[in-house]
Amino acid sequence: MGILEVKNVGKRFGGLQALSEVNLSIKENSVHAIIGPNGAGKSTLLNCLVGKLIPDTGSVMFDGRSVLGRAPFEINQMGISRVFQTPEIFGDLSVLENMMIPCFAKRDGAFEMNAFSDVMSQKDVLEKAEHMLEEMNMADKRHMHSASLSRGDKRRLEIGMCLSQEPRLLLLDEPTAGMARADTNNTIDLLKQIAADRDITIAIIEHDMHVVFSLANRITVLAQGTPLVEDDPENIRGNPKVREAYLGESA
Amino acid sequence: MFKLEKSDLSLLIIVAVLTLFAPFILNPFPADSAMSQFNAGYPDLMQRFVIFGIFAVGFNILFGLTGYLSFGHAAFLGVGSYAAIWMMKLLTMNVIPAIVASVVVAGLISFLVGWISLRRSGIYFSILTLAFAMMMYQLAYSDLFGQLFGGILTGGETGLQPKVADPRILDAPLDPGANPKAHLFGLEMGSSFKLDIAGWQFTFNAGYYIAAFAMLCAFYLSIRIFRSPFGMMLRAVKSNQQRMNYTGLNSKPYTLAAFVISGMYAGLAGGLLVAMDTQVGAERMFWTASGEVVIMTILGGVGSLIGPVLGAGVLKYMENILSKINKGVLETWFSFMPDGMSDFFIAITNLFVGKQWHITTGVIFMLVVIYLPGGLVEGGRRLGNRFQRSGKERQNHTKPAE
Repeated sequence: MGILEVKNVGKRFGGLQALSEVNLSIKENSVHAIIGPNGAGKSTLLNCLVGKLIPDTGSVMFDGRSVLGRAPFEINQMGISRVFQTPEIFGDLSVLENMMIPCFAKRDGAFEMNAFSDVMSQKDVLEKAEHMLEEMNMADKRHMHSASLSRGDKRRLEIGMCLSQEPRLLLLDEPTAGMARADTNNTIDLLKQIAADRDITIAIIEHDMHVVFSLANRITVLAQGTPLVEDDPENIRGNPKVREAYLGESA
Repeated sequence: MFKLEKSDLSLLIIVAVLTLFAPFILNPFPADSAMSQFNAGYPDLMQRFVIFGIFAVGFNILFGLTGYLSFGHAAFLGVGSYAAIWMMKLLTMNVIPAIVASVVVAGLISFLVGWISLRRSGIYFSILTLAFAMMMYQLAYSDLFGQLFGGILTGGETGLQPKVADPRILDAPLDPGANPKAHLFGLEMGSSFKLDIAGWQFTFNAGYYIAAFAMLCAFYLSIRIFRSPFGMMLRAVKSNQQRMNYTGLNSKPYTLAAFVISGMYAGLAGGLLVAMDTQVGAERMFWTASGEVVIMTILGGVGSLIGPVLGAGVLKYMENILSKINKGVLETWFSFMPDGMSDFFIAITNLFVGKQWHITTGVIFMLVVIYLPGGLVEGGRRLGNRFQRSGKERQNHTKPAE
C-alpha cells in the first residue's frame, strides 16, 4: 500500500478524454517519476492530486484519506506540497518573509487571526525560516526582494518553502524546465540530498530524461491519458513500448 | 514602547505631535491677512482631516495589503453614521454609545457584503462592492425599510438628526426649544478654546481632539496589523494567491477579515462625523464618496502607513480651501496688473478654483500617479534620499583619498 493511491481516475474536458483508468501507487520514501510525451495527461493528473481539478471518476487516497473534493489548502495541510513549473513565490515579499509564511502555515494552520503580535517576535518561526534558508544556501539573500532572484534561486526558494512545511509528499512539476544545464544539475543535487536526508516521498513530473534517470527509483510512463508501464528505471530504459510512445512507431 | 519597532514608534510620535499641534501648524497666517483664507486650522476642517484619515487608513488595510479594490466603502461610513445617529435618538447624546454602535453595525454589514463580494476578485470584486454600495445608497435615499415597516429608518432625502422629542432613555428630557448637542460626559463637541496671539487666532476644539485621539488609536492599530503575521498573510494574498493556497493557507478568511476591519474603520469614521456634526444624509454613501477614499489612498501612497492620512489631508484641504476661492478673491489677487492682463489671469486661474476645484485635484492626481506611483510618501522618500546622497557626496569630497 503506497502513501498515494490513485485508482481508476478519469477526467474529460469536453471531447477530450485527458485521463482514463489511471492507476498509480506511490510508495512511501520513494522518488517516483511520471513521464510521458506532450499531451499525455501528466499535468492533468497532478492537478487532480492537489485539488485543482476534480476527476470525473475514480479515487485518490493520500495516507488512507481521500483528497477528492478538498480545497488545495486542505490537501496541503494533509501533507502534500507542490512545486510549480514556473516558480510560484511571493514576489513582493523578501526572501525571509517568503520562507516564514509556510512556517506560519505549518504552526498555525490554514487561518489564524494573529493581528497583534509582531512578526519578528515569533522566534520559533523566525529560527525555522533562517535555518531553512541556510540549508538552501540562501541565507545571504534573506533581505532581497524575492522577485529579483535568479530563476535557479527562485526554484531553490520554492523548494525550501515546501520543505519547511515538513510535507510527507513533495510533488514537482517539471522542476528544471527552462533552466540552464548548471542550474539543472544543482537542482538534481538538491533533490537527491532531500530524498536522502529526509523522511519524504517525492513524485516528479519531468520531460528531461537526464533528470528522471538521475533521480527516480520508480517510473510510470503515461501515454494518451493512461499509464503504459510502471517499472524500475533500468527496465524503462530498454522498454520498446516506451520508445514507441516517445518516438513514434518508426523508431 | 507600545510593542513597536523604533522607526514605527517615531512615526507614531511624529503623527501624534502633528495632530496635537495641528491648530498651530494649520494656521500659519494672521487672521486678518490676505493669506488667511489658506488657513486650515478651524475645527470643522481639522475634524475632517482626522476623520477621513481614519477612513483612508482603514481602506488601506484592505486595498494596500490585500490589493482588493473596494469601490463601495462609503456605504460602511454611511451605515456607521446612521447607527450613530440612532444611538443619539434612542439612548443618549453622549458620543461613546454612538461611536461603538457605528463600528459594530458597520462591521456586521461589511461582513455580509464581504462574504458575497469576495467570491470574486479583481474588477469583478470592485463592481460587486460598487453594486452593494449603490443599493445601500438607494435604500437609504428612499428609506425603503422605513416605509415597509411604516416608520423611519434613514429619513430618506431629508436624512436624520436628533430632535428634542426623541426618546433618549438615558438622558434627562431637554427643554422644548433646546438643541440636542453631542457631548462626551458633558464636554460638548462644539466647545472650543480660542487663543489670540498677536494677529493670530488659534482654536482648540474638543471635538477635534476626541476625533484626533480616535485617529491615533486607529493609526496605532494599523501599524500593529501591518507588522503582524496576519498583515504578512494579507500581503501574501496580494502577492500570489496561488502559492498561498498551495501553502496550506485559506486566503478567503484572511481577505474577509481585512474587509471587515476596513469596514469597521469606515464605520468609526462615519460615527465620528455624526459626533462632530449631528446629522446624516444618504449622499455620504454615494459612489463618488467611495471613489474619494480610493483617491486619498493612492494620492498618499497605497500600502504605506502614513500615506492614506496624508492623502486624506491633501484632498480635504483642496476641497475646502480651493473651493472657497471665488472670482472676487481672484480679482483682489490680480488687481496689481493692468486691466486686460488681470482679466486674462483671472479667467485662467478661475478654471482651477472655486467650484472647479476638482480640476486641480484631477491634475495633481494625474501627476502623482504618473511620476510618483508610490504616492506622496514616495515623493518624500525620494527627496530624503536626494538630501542624504548629496550630504554623503559632500562628505566624500572632504575626505582625502587614501
